[in-house]
Amino acid sequence: MRIVVCVKHVPDVQSDRRFEDGRLVRGEDDVLNELDENAVEAAVSLVEEHGGEVIALTMGPADAEDALMRALQMGADRGVLVSDDRLEGADALGTALVLSAAITRLHGESPVDLVLTGMASLDAMTSMMPSALACHLHLPFLGLAHELQVEGEGPWTVTISRSADGFDDRLRATTPALVSVTDQVNEPRYPAFAAMKAARSKPMDEWDLDELAEVLHVDDVEDAFTATRVVAADAKVREGAGTVVTDSGDAGKQLAAHLLEEVL
Amino acid sequence: MTTIDRPVLVLTDHTGDAVSGYTLTTPSAQLLTLARGLTSAEVIAVALNPAPDLDALGRQAVARVLVPDLGAHSPRVSAVVTDALAACVEQIRPGVVLCVANYRGREVAGRLGALLGSGAAVDVTSLEVSEEGLLASKSALAGSWTTCLRITRGTPVIALRPSVVTEEDAQAPTVPERVNMPVSFSREAEGVEVLSSAEQVSTGRVSLAEARTVVVGGRGTDGDFSPVEALADALDGAVGATRVCADEGWVPRSIQIGQTGVSVSPNLYVGLGVSGAIHHTVGMRSAAHVVAVCDDPDAPIFEICDFGVVGDLFEVVPQAIEALEQARGAR
Ligand SMILES: Cc1cc2nc3c(=O)[nH]c(=O)nc-3n(C[C@H](O)[C@H](O)[C@H](O)COP(=O)(O)OP(=O)(O)OC[C@H]3O[C@@H](n4cnc5c(N)ncnc54)[C@H](O)[C@@H]3O)c2cc1C
Repeated sequence: MRIVVCVKHVPDVQSDRRFEDGRLVRGEDDVLNELDENAVEAAVSLVEEHGGEVIALTMGPADAEDALMRALQMGADRGVLVSDDRLEGADALGTALVLSAAITRLHGESPVDLVLTGMASLDAMTSMMPSALACHLHLPFLGLAHELQVEGEGPWTVTISRSADGFDDRLRATTPALVSVTDQVNEPRYPAFAAMKAARSKPMDEWDLDELAEVLHVDDVEDAFTATRVVAADAKVREGAGTVVTDSGDAGKQLAAHLLEEVL
Repeated sequence: MTTIDRPVLVLTDHTGDAVSGYTLTTPSAQLLTLARGLTSAEVIAVALNPAPDLDALGRQAVARVLVPDLGAHSPRVSAVVTDALAACVEQIRPGVVLCVANYRGREVAGRLGALLGSGAAVDVTSLEVSEEGLLASKSALAGSWTTCLRITRGTPVIALRPSVVTEEDAQAPTVPERVNMPVSFSREAEGVEVLSSAEQVSTGRVSLAEARTVVVGGRGTDGDFSPVEALADALDGAVGATRVCADEGWVPRSIQIGQTGVSVSPNLYVGLGVSGAIHHTVGMRSAAHVVAVCDDPDAPIFEICDFGVVGDLFEVVPQAIEALEQARGAR
């Protein structure tokens, strides 16, 4: 089973995340998107079970290779970085377009059975990329899996459970398919030293847009990847009035008084 | 404010079933209220059930309700919904498409944006029509920033966060015309089989996403949610929880708030025994008013709250409820 897992290099949620000139500041304290670790773990354990190959794919600046390296340490077999200055400012839908071209190229090398992604990336949190990617690839999409089962031996049957918007659903599709997973689906492994070392000798490709030209059908490269532009970004000043009292027996009454005066 | 001169197409959600009837959801009524202010043309609704709530839609001055023929397809599948919506877009040629920013709304926005080659934005908190196109504001980086996006291409697809607009009836209600829409489904929509789909059991309280008040219990409850529920009842609010509580099996996963749970934008958020970890606060930072009780004075929740109590929730909360009830009795 050949699996492509899409990952993203994003600013660590615990770091000083901020915008400058309408752009999210990257490259200071970036890590593999926490929610993609679950997708990598799912891909690696599926291949451990069914045999095959895991290719970690990302679009981003040169140092996004670090996110791929992490995926290789976790057991992916190969990394592919799509990087090109013309992609600066690409939004979620632009990213989906580029990743779909890269997956189409990989599929041309040898068929891809499954595409896995995390449920969202922690920088923009849109959750739009996976369903847009499925649209471009014409693959059935099973989103937000908190349970994932794969049975058969090519084509495989993929069954997921998910809970969303007040419903519990069980959905099924036949490979090739695209699945996004939540953080509930598994416990990502922590790579051992030997795995970290082995990762350094695994293949890592870097493709630019010209290398995807045959599979990426866009008329105007300047315009193709951004249908939204950030025109303003402002830090929200802490809005809380920030009164904090320590209970000395009557804090419950103070709390009630506060609610009655300020809110209710 | 400038308006667009094309219709606004609104994907509406209903609760209910064929037997008991379908009711328009509050977040959908909010979308329709917003839609009326955006356009000088009509507001057109799309309903994914055979018997849309025409009364509620009429009160929102909807001109027409499009009812796509889903056949045997399930509206729980985002590709099915997107195909249906795309058929409506082709027919109406709207200036903008609106949907609710729940999980399905986000998936639909992504897919429809890709299908139409349009710009899309989700979790939007306000919308404005400008000379250069539609401007959508949203909060970013776990609520610590606000960004404004300009949609530069195509028919904008916007998923609006619940509760950021207050629903209001239109001055002149309508009697919406119901129009059936044929749909041709993509291979991708056909390729997803729904083995089962069950509505989660309702708690009897207002739903989290729509609640004006949300009372959240964290690890500090140690599994005893009775103070959380009692305060929620006293404030007529919904009960939420942190991930720890869902992981421990104290509460159903469906009430987990945060990055991988529900996003809420209530008027009042009350955190009880909640530390305020960033994965959690990303789901509640747009609350207008934040109140917290936590026994750790260094908990990050105190950095974002309007009123905080460092103390034991099992002592503070019952006293607060008693004081609230006394004050009400006195009125
Ligand atoms: C990928 C990922 C996704 C995540 N997604 C989410 C998410 O969607 N939602 C979410 O909530 N979390 C999420 N988390 C977990 C998150 O990081 C925190 O671990 C979690 O929110 C903490 O929950 P808590 O505040 O209940 O527990 P804690 O952080 O343990 O805080 C409990 C607080 O209660 C206090 N306390 C204890 N007893 C009492 C008492 N009697 N009275 C008053 N106070 C008391 C403690 O001092 C402490 O400050 C995610 C984590 C990861 C890694």
